[in-house]
Amino acid sequence: MENRLEVENLSHSYQTRRALNNVSFDVSCGEIFGLLGPNGSGKTTLFRVLSTLTPVTSGTVRILGYNLTTEVKAIRNLLGVVFQHPGLDVKLTVTENLRHHGHLYGLSGKVLHRRIAELLEQVGVSDRATDRVEVLSGGLQRRVEIAKAILHSPRVLLLDEPTSGLDVTVRRQLNDYLRVLADTENILILLTTHLLDDAEACNRVGILDNGSLVALGAPDELKAQVGGDVILIEGEFNETFSTAIAEKFGVSPVLTDNQLRVECERGHEFVRDVVAAFPNEVQTVQFGRPTLEDVFIKLTGNPFL
Amino acid sequence: MQKILLPITTIWWREIIRFYRQRSRLFSAIAQPLVFWILIGSGLSASFQPSGSVNGLSYIEYFYPGIVVLVLLFTSIFATISVVNDRREGFLQGILVAPVPRWRIVLAQALGGTTLAFLQGVLLLILAPMAGIQFGAASLVFTLSVMALLAFGLTNLGLLIAWRMDSTQGFHAIMNLLLIPIWLLSGAFFPSAGVPGWLAWIMKFNPLTYGLAAFRHSLYLDTTAKVFGEGPAWALSMLITGLFCILTYVGATITASTQTN
Repeated sequence: MENRLEVENLSHSYQTRRALNNVSFDVSCGEIFGLLGPNGSGKTTLFRVLSTLTPVTSGTVRILGYNLTTEVKAIRNLLGVVFQHPGLDVKLTVTENLRHHGHLYGLSGKVLHRRIAELLEQVGVSDRATDRVEVLSGGLQRRVEIAKAILHSPRVLLLDEPTSGLDVTVRRQLNDYLRVLADTENILILLTTHLLDDAEACNRVGILDNGSLVALGAPDELKAQVGGDVILIEGEFNETFSTAIAEKFGVSPVLTDNQLRVECERGHEFVRDVVAAFPNEVQTVQFGRPTLEDVFIKLTGNPFL
Repeated sequence: MQKILLPITTIWWREIIRFYRQRSRLFSAIAQPLVFWILIGSGLSASFQPSGSVNGLSYIEYFYPGIVVLVLLFTSIFATISVVNDRREGFLQGILVAPVPRWRIVLAQALGGTTLAFLQGVLLLILAPMAGIQFGAASLVFTLSVMALLAFGLTNLGLLIAWRMDSTQGFHAIMNLLLIPIWLLSGAFFPSAGVPGWLAWIMKFNPLTYGLAAFRHSLYLDTTAKVFGEGPAWALSMLITGLFCILTYVGATITASTQTN
């Protein structure tokens, strides 16, 4: 069996709107792959196709060697899916939810019982096993949700915005746990996110914009494309100011709302010179190393919202 | 075999446990028909003699089978609202991506609603002597069977609608515009004998007319008296009720198969 998820020239349209445009990438087992993109970039459509909910209409998707167009049933056995919207029945207890899920995947009896206990232990919810889900906090519910998704030992785990609504600590714990799963059980993990921190924690990232994949690679590789330093200048200014800076310093600034973004080598010198040259216009200056957000802005010319 | 049964029993079990944990549903599905029966039945008993009835059948007795069917209708339809809620709450997606064919999912949901409706119907059946209806063993067996069939058909009719809906408001609108009239024009409220021609035709094409007739026939199986006048014959009623079950189930499965969220 192949150990890869391959997407080739995948396109998808809703009536007249094109949600996905010739998207191609592949992911290997043991890898955490992040699909990063702002709202409306096509992440959710791509996720729905991969999770077998939306049929493939154009292009090819192969998951561990199975074709998503013709072998949906085989693929469903391999997948564990965590949806953005909570998928637990709040009127059932934690254990009841997991048992229900296990039965859907043909697990039962002692095997299921042991597996539930083992996973609740792993995600740290053992002491809440008999509580109804409705009394659990958002963070705990998310953990139960992850336990549910990997209960039947899937080879591929798909997560749609898994960290949305969680605080920083819980987000970090979740990302650490996903890393453990990928490393120790060789699970292929694909997640969508609009949070740059989450994307940084992935082995590789695909950046989606308007249905197209605009960048693909390890976070560090992508950031290296930006090159040098990133300087953000805030103040009351317009295109004229932007042009003046471009001419004076030989850079290509990007103007978004009252913010001018400049990429250049030796940023500290640029900061010094720009403040000296335009003391009245410049209000705040931020200086930093490039982030994935800078990659997105460089590639699309749009702010990441 | 276990692989086929396990998903069905687990979905069925969840339908039951959810209903049990929301006890207001248990109460509301039976209280309203009961109040209808007592108020409308008693009120109309004084003034009306059902057309075509013999042996001095009172209105409260005439209305009783209709009320049992209303309880079946309410419970099975309300049970299927869980599909709409499951979609809104996100639970349904988890079932849709599981390796379980849609016909099994629908069958499990239908059996869940059928069980609930059937049990509520049995609760009401205990009141039959109050309506003046006495029945023996054979009659009871047939009555329970017809109730189970009706509950299954009505639940599937509910599923057929619910699988397309994404809001419970929409579901309630359909309920008022379609399901209540189907019940009203089934012979539950008034017999078809003596109604204007156009109305008689509508009643003739209403599948629930046959379901209700099958129910009446089985209730009065032990009494030789012909207790209500013109109406579909026993065999035809059973046949159409059976067909109704099959068609609604197939319809619900097809609907579920085309849904992607």
